[in-house]
Amino acid sequence: MDWQPVLLTLRLAVTATAILLVLGTPLAWWLARSKARWKEAVAALVALPLVLPPTVLGFYLLILLGPDGPGGWIAGLRGARTLAFTFEALVFASVVASLPFVVQPIRDAFEAIGERPFEVTATLRATPLDAFLTVALPLARPGFLTAAVLGFAHTVGEFGVVLMIGGAVPGETKVLSIAIFQLVEIGEWREAHLLAGGMLAFSFLVILATRLIERRTRRSAR
Amino acid sequence: MRDRAPPALGLSARFRGRLGDFRLDVAFEAPDRGVTALFGPSGCGKTSVLRAIAGLERFAEGYFALGGDVWQEGAAFRPVHRRPIGYVFQEASLFPHLDVRANLDYGRRRALRGGARESTRFDDVVDLLGLSRLLARAPGALSGGERQRVALGRALLTQPRLLLMDEPLSALDRLAKEEIIPYLERLRDSLGLPTLYVSHDIGEVERLADHVVLMAAGRVAAAGPLGEIQSRPDLPLARMPEAAVTLAAEVVAHDPDYDLTTLAAHGARLIAPGAFGPPGSRRRVRIAAPDVALVRDPPRASSILNCPAARVIEAAPRGRGMMTVVLALGAEGEGARILARITRRSWDHLGLGPGQPVFAQIKGVALVSPSAPGEEG
Repeated sequence: MDWQPVLLTLRLAVTATAILLVLGTPLAWWLARSKARWKEAVAALVALPLVLPPTVLGFYLLILLGPDGPGGWIAGLRGARTLAFTFEALVFASVVASLPFVVQPIRDAFEAIGERPFEVTATLRATPLDAFLTVALPLARPGFLTAAVLGFAHTVGEFGVVLMIGGAVPGETKVLSIAIFQLVEIGEWREAHLLAGGMLAFSFLVILATRLIERRTRRSAR
Repeated sequence: MRDRAPPALGLSARFRGRLGDFRLDVAFEAPDRGVTALFGPSGCGKTSVLRAIAGLERFAEGYFALGGDVWQEGAAFRPVHRRPIGYVFQEASLFPHLDVRANLDYGRRRALRGGARESTRFDDVVDLLGLSRLLARAPGALSGGERQRVALGRALLTQPRLLLMDEPLSALDRLAKEEIIPYLERLRDSLGLPTLYVSHDIGEVERLADHVVLMAAGRVAAAGPLGEIQSRPDLPLARMPEAAVTLAAEVVAHDPDYDLTTLAAHGARLIAPGAFGPPGSRRRVRIAAPDVALVRDPPRASSILNCPAARVIEAAPRGRGMMTVVLALGAEGEGARILARITRRSWDHLGLGPGQPVFAQIKGVALVSPSAPGEEG
């Protein structure tokens, strides 16, 4: 049994989720609070991976990161030919593909807070940053939980984009979904069963855990 | 009795501009002590004025200064979090993720960090508002009245120089209202913090306010001491069916035999049933216009206890049959003003007119509040 794809997938999902939360939070905050009229254009751009076939997304990412794109130029600085087919490329692609799954729940949570708590914090001498850290983040916690789970799960489950941009370099880009696909192709049903079943159980447990945590926080808030 | 001097160190507000379809154009001054009510019907712009003073709303033209400290003038606009205000919203708006103690501490810690002097201490506010049993609770576990008390305490602990209250009782049921008003009265009497109080409920204004800024359709209709605004026949308060005037009075004596209290108001002594506290206590009493009848000669025998001398100041017809008469208490008309509601026929039969000496038969003198308007503790 080859555990490398499992560990690689976990490493990818954790890295991508962390980056998604760091990037997604200020973006979601801006989308929730800005009065700029063109913000919905940005929101649409962020949501594109929801409707695009993963192969289309992967195709453009390949052009972006490949030898003739800006990615190739950056790769040239390191003496490589391309950024594609590397772990970093997978992280980048996962972040792009999962961004809507992270931004939307956080934006919804920020919008659900409404205007009033921020008027209150201002009359209580809190600067906008202070109010964001001490009131917006804690009140939006359920949104963050949902966002993290969706971002993580979507990264684990991504196949099409990964295939286009990552290929199947063992230890570098050969993640679970790819490994299962290859095992099925060469008729290794036993190992495919193991990986697929493990993934099924894992996904179920993650979703169950979030539901339970969400229910607990909601009850204690009351 | 009343502080009639122009507010040298008071607050001065002027706002003009649009908010959606609504046009606001107000300018008023208020003393830097006591409670000033922003009073008027719903939609007259009183909440917008309060929000503009807090900096939560910004009108095209605006000026605000408190005791010489300018918060807004021309392009200069001090952000909300740098204004020394305490703001109580209609709904308590407590932070649900913090317990009561942390809610109370939120503004206090930041105000002290920002260099505010701690003149209002945590324990004093907890005592004043009766919060000691609630400190460890979550906001969700409080009643509406308790929540609003915590919100009030949270605002007070920011060490404000101006307290702004936006209809703090309107979201509460009657019982919770009655529970909170005594706290507001204690607050007014013990802290002496200048307060702007938005309300459309004349009962709250009679109990709490010393001054009134009367608003209508985005403008200031009149501003002045409560009794003065109540007794001006050109203003809507005197035209209401339940028109009344609130007077400051001091307890002179209590007759335990008949259980009657004698009070000294400006220009007259008044007798009211019940015990109003020890001699020297300052009280706020209310005389309703329909409870006042006028006679030309002092009545010789009457069941009505109060029949002070007064002078007619002016009168305004109310409908076709009634008159609202403004009186000044005292033989020379030197005292406080009250209103009488009489028929136009009586007005003509008695041959009444401005300057005329009369006697005011006052059927009811009611205590509205443990303390008098226009004073602090």
